[in-house]
Amino acid sequence: MLQMDKDKIQEIIARRVAKEFHNGDVVTLGIGLPTKAAQYLPENVRIIVQSENGVLGLGNYPDDAHCDPRVINAGGAYVTLNEGGCFMDSFMAFAMMRGGHIDITVLGALQVDEEGNLANWCIPGKFTPGMGGAMDLVVGTKKLIIAMEHTAKGAAKIVHKCKLPLTVANKVNMIITEKGVFEVRSDGLYLTEISPYSSLEDIKQTTEANFKTELI
Amino acid sequence: MVKIITSKQAVQFFKSGQTIMIGGFLTCGSPNMVIDELLKTDIGGFTLIANDTSTSTTDRGKLVVAHKLKKALVSHIGTNPETVAQMNAGQLEVELVPQGTLAERVRAGGAGLGGILTPVGLNTDVAKNKRLINVDGKDFLLETPLTADVALVYATYADKYGNLAFYGSTRNFNAIMPLAAKTVIVEVDQFSETPLNPNNIVVPGIFVDYLIIRGTDVANG
Repeated sequence: MLQMDKDKIQEIIARRVAKEFHNGDVVTLGIGLPTKAAQYLPENVRIIVQSENGVLGLGNYPDDAHCDPRVINAGGAYVTLNEGGCFMDSFMAFAMMRGGHIDITVLGALQVDEEGNLANWCIPGKFTPGMGGAMDLVVGTKKLIIAMEHTAKGAAKIVHKCKLPLTVANKVNMIITEKGVFEVRSDGLYLTEISPYSSLEDIKQTTEANFKTELI
Repeated sequence: MVKIITSKQAVQFFKSGQTIMIGGFLTCGSPNMVIDELLKTDIGGFTLIANDTSTSTTDRGKLVVAHKLKKALVSHIGTNPETVAQMNAGQLEVELVPQGTLAERVRAGGAGLGGILTPVGLNTDVAKNKRLINVDGKDFLLETPLTADVALVYATYADKYGNLAFYGSTRNFNAIMPLAAKTVIVEVDQFSETPLNPNNIVVPGIFVDYLIIRGTDVANG
């Protein structure tokens, strides 16, 4: 793998995630890397971005003169609303997620495994921020994409079986990293794309989970 | 009819050991004036129900720093290191609740429901010690309703009938909690003697007991 800085790695991942969006999709994006995917939408694709704190139709970030503390996203950042967007309370925001009205949810992960289990909210004794809306977000979505760096300080994040507390069981559909793309199918994990910045050998060395290779 | 009071007067509705709900998402739509008054008293030992514990220097997050909570039912504490520290030190009991489940539990409390059935948290730590109920072949967790002695919320607009409306993303839990508490206190940005447009009202005034008008914060009743 070529040495790349974090920004470049995140851009590679965000650009690949954006290709999954279809015109008109209602999408929820986790804080950080997943949110960046909205910057790389294919031409003629418009998505409707939902935020768990009660915003549907998130627009661009405002310039300094137009920041309003009453209009934020789930990360606490100032945002704007696109035409046709709306605000709602927390009950409605989560009914929208849990009730199956979100087309694609993109989140990061601490660990994800070959059965589609996801752990992204807790490292016991070390990192206990709370799950926030993560558990609700993943349950009802039609497609759950995990967008993350392939490893953490060299340790595999795509594992046989998540050891960290789960966010959701058997729900992940796709994993996108800077090295490639995996699909979680009923009979296991499939590597479907290898990034130009990586190789099958590199992916094998940095992935703990068993996977089959079926390049698309 | 709703009564207009000062934030100082609002303190009388709080007693040590009560369960209190406070609206807001991080600092957005978060009431803070009554909290600042509570910090001047020795009232504490609260069980807090809120989306999060904000930050260590803002609104309800300051209640944590002042050791005014014995328990917090919240979805997120990561933005307030003091909550994490007190939890790890065993000084504060924290029940982490998935955010949508928290919203539904508060809604259930205010709507007279015996609980809600949700798939959120199945096969995770959240399911521990909870009843599993199968409906038509699908498993759900039974999550119980939440109510409180006092709800302290924010609204952008209120009229003299207590009707509330909101600007932007300030609605969050502020629109749900007024149904679930015995006493409801609202910190409001813009008060009007003339009624709000009935088509724009989000929280009907019958749920509201007291208004505190930000900016002026003077009693006229």
